[in-house]
Amino acid sequence: MLRDEDRIFKNIYGLQGADLTAAKARGDWDGTGELIKKGRDWVIDEVKASGLRGRGGAGFPTGLKWSFMPKENDGRPHYLVINADESEPGTCKDRDILRHEPHKLLEGCLLAGFAMGAHACYIYVRGEFIREREAVQRAVDEAYAAGLLGKNAAGSGWDYDIYVHHGAGAYICGEETALIESLEGKKGQPRLKPPFPANMGLYGCPTTVNNVESIAVAPTICRRGGGWFSGLGRDGNTGTKLFCISGHVNNPCNVEEEMGIPLKELIEKHAGGVRGGWDNLLAVIPGGSSVPLLPKEICDTVLMDFDSLKEVQSGLGTAAVIVMDKSTDIIKAIARISHFYKHESCGQCTPCREGTGWMWRVLERMAAGEAQVKEIDMLLQVTKQIEGHTICALGDAAAWPVQGLIRHFRPLIEERLTRGPGHQEAAE
Amino acid sequence: MSVRRLHADQPSSFAFTDENVSWASGQIAKFPEGRQASAIIPLLWQAQKQEGWLSEPAIRYVADMLAMPHIRAMEVATFYTMFNLSPVGEHFVQLCGTTPCWLRGADDLKSVCRKVIGEQGDITDDGKLSWLEVECLGACVNAPMVQINDDFYEDLTAENFEQLLDDLRSGKPVATGPQNSRHGSEPEGGLTVLKGDK
Repeated sequence: MLRDEDRIFKNIYGLQGADLTAAKARGDWDGTGELIKKGRDWVIDEVKASGLRGRGGAGFPTGLKWSFMPKENDGRPHYLVINADESEPGTCKDRDILRHEPHKLLEGCLLAGFAMGAHACYIYVRGEFIREREAVQRAVDEAYAAGLLGKNAAGSGWDYDIYVHHGAGAYICGEETALIESLEGKKGQPRLKPPFPANMGLYGCPTTVNNVESIAVAPTICRRGGGWFSGLGRDGNTGTKLFCISGHVNNPCNVEEEMGIPLKELIEKHAGGVRGGWDNLLAVIPGGSSVPLLPKEICDTVLMDFDSLKEVQSGLGTAAVIVMDKSTDIIKAIARISHFYKHESCGQCTPCREGTGWMWRVLERMAAGEAQVKEIDMLLQVTKQIEGHTICALGDAAAWPVQGLIRHFRPLIEERLTRGPGHQEAAE
Repeated sequence: MSVRRLHADQPSSFAFTDENVSWASGQIAKFPEGRQASAIIPLLWQAQKQEGWLSEPAIRYVADMLAMPHIRAMEVATFYTMFNLSPVGEHFVQLCGTTPCWLRGADDLKSVCRKVIGEQGDITDDGKLSWLEVECLGACVNAPMVQINDDFYEDLTAENFEQLLDDLRSGKPVATGPQNSRHGSEPEGGLTVLKGDK
C-alpha cells in the first residue's frame, strides 16, 4: 500500500484547513519562484520524466501536451485552461481538490502556465459546484494578497493571473473544445480538430486544457522530482491516483493510491469490501460511466491502471469505480447510463444525437423484457455506427457501456427477452 | 439533448439591481477587451438569482449588456440545463438519478419527492418546494444525494431526506453536506489512510 508520505493530497478529506497557512504547512507554495527560475524546459522535462498521464480520462502524457505549445509567442497570448467541469458519472475527485486542496491547483497553474508561456489561466468549474467554486475563489484571493499570483508571481519574475469561471450544467463542456466554446460565451459544442487548441484554442490563441488533478500533482512532482513519481506504479502507468469508489460497497470513499493497485485490494482495503462479500459481486465499471463494465471474473485479478484495463477491453478513464452487487438489474443500470448520454448529447452530430436516444429506448425495453432477441445484435450494430462517427468522444462514451453489457451479459439479456415482459425480477 | 423552451408567461421587463450592475462589470473585466461575451454564463446566472428563474426579458437584457445578438444569448440560455426557464420553488431540489446514485437508492428519494412535493416541475402551494431529476452532480461516493439551491445534501436516506424537506419548508436550520457521520469523502467508520495527519 502507498505510504502516507508519498500521498500528494494530504488534505483530500478536508479534515484540516484549506486556507493558505494550512496549505503552506503541508508544503504548498514552497520555493515555487525558485522552481520557475530553473526554466521552462526544466519544468516540462520533470513532468515528462514523471510519466504523468492526464487524469481527466484520456490518459495523454501531460508533459508532452505542454510541449505542443509554441515555444515563441507570435504576438497572440497563450492560455492555460483548467477543466474543473467534473461530470463523469462516478467521479468526484476534482471536487475534493477544489474544496480541500485548492492551493495545490493554483500552484500547479502557475508552474504549468509558466512552462507553456502563458500569463493568464481560466479555471472552468462546473456550475453545480457552487461551494467548490467559492473555495477556489477564496484561495485565489489569498494567493493574490500574498503575492503568489499577479505581477512577479511568487517572486518568480513571471506575471500570472488566474480567473475563476463556471459553467451551468452541461457534461459536454468537459470536452476540451466544447469547454473553450463555452468559455467564449457560446453553446458547448465541440470543435472539429485540427486545428488543435495548442495552435488555435481560446480566442484563436494557443491554449492547453488540463484536468484539475493533472495540474494539482505538478508542484509535488517538480519538488520531489519526476523520478520519485515515476518510481510509483509501473512503466507507462506511473504515480499516484485519486480513486472514487461508489455503488454497492460497504464504505464508499475517495482515496489516493498507487497506480496499478489490484481492483480487489482497492475495494477491500479502502471501501470496506463489496456489500455481502466479494462473492456477491456482479460487475464493476472501473473508470467512470464511459468505460465498459467488467464482470466479476475479471475483477478478481485486474490491476487499476491505463494499460491493464485496456487489455481487458475497458479503461481507467477517471478511475471512478462503480461497484454493482448481485442484486443489481444490470440492464437497467446501463439503461440509466444511456439516458445520461441521451440527456448530455450536444446535438451537433446526428449519430450521437439520434443514436443515444435510440440506444436508451431499446435498453429500457430490454430491461422490461419487451424486446426481441434479434434486437441485441441490432443494438450492437448501432453502437458501432455511433462509435468513431462523431466530432468528439461523447459518441464513443455512449456506445462503450452498451457494448460492454452485451459482451459480458448477453445470456442474461437473452434469458430476459425469451421470458418476456413481467419477468425481469425473476431473471436475476 | 433535452428540449428546453421559454415559459409561456413572461414578465414585461428586467433590469439588474445597481449592485448587480457593478458585480457584472467585475465579471466582464476577467476577459480581454472585445471578449465580453465570455461573461454570459455568470451574468445569466446572476439574473436567475435575482429573479428566481430566467425570463426572456432577462436574457435580452444580458445580451444587450454584452453587445451580443439576442439569439446567441437565447442559445446559451436554452443549452445549459441549470438555467431555469420557468419558475421553481424557493427550495429547488435537483435530485441526482444517474447510476451511482440510483444504485444506492435514488428511486427512494424520488418517491419522497412525489409524496411531499408532487410531480417533477410542480411547485408546492406555499411556493416553498419543487424538484427535478438531474444527471450526475459529482458527489458519487456520498450517494444518494441532492442539490438544493447552492448546497449539496449527501448520504441521504428516504427518512432523513423527508425530514430535510420538512425542515426546509418550515424554515428550520439544516446541516449541509453528508447527513450521516461523515465529514466529506472519507470512508464511514474510520480512515484507511492519512490517519496520523489529523
